Amino acid sequence: MGAVELRGFGWRHAGRKAWAVRGVDLSIERGERVLLLGPSGAGKSTLLAALAGLLADDSGEREGTAEIDGLDTRKARERVGIVFQDPATQLVMSRVGDDVAFGLENRGVPRAELWPRVADALDAVGLTHPLDRPTHALSGGEQQRLALAGVLALRPDLLLLDEPTANLDPAGASLVRSSLNAAVSRETTVIMVEHRLAEVVPFVDRVVVLAAGGGVVASGPPARVFGEHGAALAADGIWVPGQPLPAPRRATAAPGEVLVTADRVALAQRLAPTDLSVRAGEALAVLGPNGVGKSTLALMLGGLLRPGAGRVVASAVLARDDAARPPHRWRAADLTARIGSVFQNPEHQFVASTVRAELAVGPRRLGRPLAVVDELLDRLHLDHLARANPYTLSGGEARRLSVATALASAPRLLVLDEPTFGQDRRTWVELVALLADLRDEGHGVLAVTHDPALVEALADRRLELAP
Amino acid sequence: MTLSAVMVRSSAPLARRNPVAKLVAATVFAVGVLATLDPLTPALAIAAELVLLPLFGVGYGTLLRRGWPLLLSVFGVVLTTILFGANRDGASVFAVGPIDVTTGVLTVALGLALRLVALALPGIMVFATTDPTDLADALVQNARAPARFAIGTLAAFRLVPLLGQEWQALRMARRARGVDAGGNPVAAARLFAGTVFALLVGAIRRGTRLATAMDARGFDSGTPRTHAREQTFTRADWLFLVGAVLLTAAILTVSIATGTFRPVLG
Repeated sequence: MGAVELRGFGWRHAGRKAWAVRGVDLSIERGERVLLLGPSGAGKSTLLAALAGLLADDSGEREGTAEIDGLDTRKARERVGIVFQDPATQLVMSRVGDDVAFGLENRGVPRAELWPRVADALDAVGLTHPLDRPTHALSGGEQQRLALAGVLALRPDLLLLDEPTANLDPAGASLVRSSLNAAVSRETTVIMVEHRLAEVVPFVDRVVVLAAGGGVVASGPPARVFGEHGAALAADGIWVPGQPLPAPRRATAAPGEVLVTADRVALAQRLAPTDLSVRAGEALAVLGPNGVGKSTLALMLGGLLRPGAGRVVASAVLARDDAARPPHRWRAADLTARIGSVFQNPEHQFVASTVRAELAVGPRRLGRPLAVVDELLDRLHLDHLARANPYTLSGGEARRLSVATALASAPRLLVLDEPTFGQDRRTWVELVALLADLRDEGHGVLAVTHDPALVEALADRRLELAP
Repeated sequence: MTLSAVMVRSSAPLARRNPVAKLVAATVFAVGVLATLDPLTPALAIAAELVLLPLFGVGYGTLLRRGWPLLLSVFGVVLTTILFGANRDGASVFAVGPIDVTTGVLTVALGLALRLVALALPGIMVFATTDPTDLADALVQNARAPARFAIGTLAAFRLVPLLGQEWQALRMARRARGVDAGGNPVAAARLFAGTVFALLVGAIRRGTRLATAMDARGFDSGTPRTHAREQTFTRADWLFLVGAVLLTAAILTVSIATGTFRPVLG
């Protein structure tokens, strides 16, 4: 049970020219644990959706065959369970026990048998909360554990994991991985897509690499695939374990004037009183566990949120004639010319219908020449996407665009919230190089981050917020 | 904030009634009150509602805290009616500048205010004492509502609190991009429309993802669903319903007997 057979499989979403995935031949035996790799856009998530039987016939064009235990995937849905990235959109009910019970109700499991299975599944993933605990009171990692319990309660023969830890901080991700290790039996076939490989490689038996243009490039034990294809995979943006990152870059000159100072800023229930200052030509990393108020601090320094107590003071270098007023009271156009904020979710910041128009928003508001737009398109490798709608970009492209929009109005200070979150290796390397360049040109850079590699590669100074 | 956070958990005798029974009872009561335009009927209804309130386990203080937006809107309606109401019959009580406040307009305003309160109170009583999950369960199990509708709506409502956070994030992100209205009402309207659009796009995406996740767990499988939580419609629920009908009839009877009844229709 749980054997997968793909023959020349392909899928093209309705209304798209290019095939999302094509020419995939793959046999996976019962109980095998497979890590599915490929550059972004290789169709990994589409392939998982196909295996889960979630691609409706009227939503695109199918090619070849995809079978589970000899059954077409559309008819084998009861044998398959899938866990997605985002906990908020896969939990259904508002209480822990009810959520696990939801799938069992759908399968028609009688009540007397249902609640013991709920308890077993919660036990297996290590969630010890009472059944009536509200799901919104769980941490992100616990919510993903709950999503896993909801799927495991259905006893799938094939378990699909679509980047189950991508939205989590390191502590949450490790919670989910330990649940996977403990709760998934060796009889269950597992196919997972994951960006950060080092942590999941011990869990898998086989690595399968999809090519961007279609087909399977490599398939075999992790050590062999990484040995033979490691450099090529890394160049494709995959986080191959053991592939070296570029050498860390520290500031080339001593830091300049203070740009902004936070003086005992605080907000009830979100941030304890905090002091910090950022100078021109330095990169400061703000660290700390989830919920400690790092993002809140970034919003305050970005002039987007008024501190509940304390104050943010911009120096005359940054604020020019506006230094008497705190940044959160500046006009928006003035703010973008002085402080650029890059949000965790890039899509929040998009206001135009093409990439080019998006980059022109800032300079146009300030009445500046638009030459900077082409320069940024080139520098951030977005020129081939100039006419694309920002909402259609891939994760890495959207992140580069959101950084580019902040740079377009040439602010002296950059405030970034988790800039490397969920990025592939190539985007990561480019982003770090870009931030280092900006710092060395005299910008102040403040990054809120969970990413130890980013801190290592870039930060001149770090500030650890304690709970 | 979530939907269940606004709930009063109570084991009071009427709070424990089946959610469908509560919903039907409140509807019967509200329709009865709406049937007439006189101020006496809603006044009696409010009196009855306030007497029943402790049986729902809702304290008067809680009602005041929950109900203040209602009181505020009632005040607004009364003020608007007094200032602009068409009915200017009866003796003048006092004048505000050119506006003559008469007994006629005061009666109309009072009637409106009482009707609003009499109508809203049962709703507050039902929703303050009913867990949304229980309501969906009861709708499916006792009222034969399709699960696709009841459980689907319940799941969608869980995403509503996210909209508030999303709205704030979008507003801040736009400010960060240099987009603000700067006191210009046309720009403010455009900014608002753009933000609403972005909010909707995000909501639709999340809704689609949730629907996919639900179907992946067999919600669309067509297998007859079982119910993890049982909702029963007992004799007490029937009695409660009958009580609601009788109470409504009694109030309308008093109103007719005293000659104040003024039917909306006819």
